[in-house]
Amino acid sequence: MLDRIYDLYDELERRRVMLSFKGDLSEELVSALLGLVERKMSVLEPDARMRKRVFNVAMECLQNLYHHNTRLRLADVEGTATNIAHGVVMIMHHDKGYSVLTGNFVADKDVHLLKDHLDRINAMAPEELRGFYQETLANGRYTSSGGGGLGIIDIARKSGQKLEYGFVPFDTESAFFSLNVNVTN
Amino acid sequence: MEALLLEGTPKTPHVHFDPTTGRLELKGRSIPENSIDYYKPLITWVDRYAREPRPSTVLHIQLEYFNTSSSKCILDLFKKLEVVRTSGNEVVVNWHYEEDDEDMLEAGEDYQAIINIPFKMIQIEEVDGH
Repeated sequence: MLDRIYDLYDELERRRVMLSFKGDLSEELVSALLGLVERKMSVLEPDARMRKRVFNVAMECLQNLYHHNTRLRLADVEGTATNIAHGVVMIMHHDKGYSVLTGNFVADKDVHLLKDHLDRINAMAPEELRGFYQETLANGRYTSSGGGGLGIIDIARKSGQKLEYGFVPFDTESAFFSLNVNVTN
Repeated sequence: MEALLLEGTPKTPHVHFDPTTGRLELKGRSIPENSIDYYKPLITWVDRYAREPRPSTVLHIQLEYFNTSSSKCILDLFKKLEVVRTSGNEVVVNWHYEEDDEDMLEAGEDYQAIINIPFKMIQIEEVDGH
């Protein structure tokens, strides 16, 4: 394992990863990570609009990780699943902009709903997306996380690109959900 | 009734709702994990204010960032003020956005499209209050 540490570092460096985290997420940690994103962006990115968009996308992605944990995370040492938010987040800088990647466990029963939501959003042109956002905002409903289902729509609007996603079966009850959000000029 | 005054934090806005002038201010950032809890006292305050409002109410929104869970709560504030307006009082929203921040301007227009209150879009150099 020891010799892999450099490989890991080297890989992160080559891929221009400006932030990476894997583990349990607390409210404090979400704040700390956002603070880090903001500081890094203020150094790296001269365009204020791009800085804000990346911050916004990172903020919504982290909130998704924080709120939508499956309660089925990798069983801990004692072998019991806990309801602590758990996941992975990575922000990469590349020639065309930035990528915000997140991964977390979702319950099998939610996969279809989430996939349909993502496909619907990906099929929309920017103006349709804006209409969908307004319609969802106006419906007056709150979801368990408080966002009322606006999070992914907002992420798609700020990204301006199609959202890349995937599901990997994890166990009999859950899947690993990966999301890649590109924010480009 | 008393004014509502809350200091801004890195995740929550500076709030100053003054019942004697009818000036309601929300400034800074609104990115708490639990927006519903945060906004509860604000909505309660506006609800009470709506029973005896000033003839003219101006809500100043000057946000640098807000998350989607705040956006539903901000809409609820607007809805309370919509009632104030329907009962014959003047209500205006002054929506501030930083120059180059088209996204924040669009966010204001999104509310404008679904809320029956006149919006004034005001471009500023930088959001203060954080």
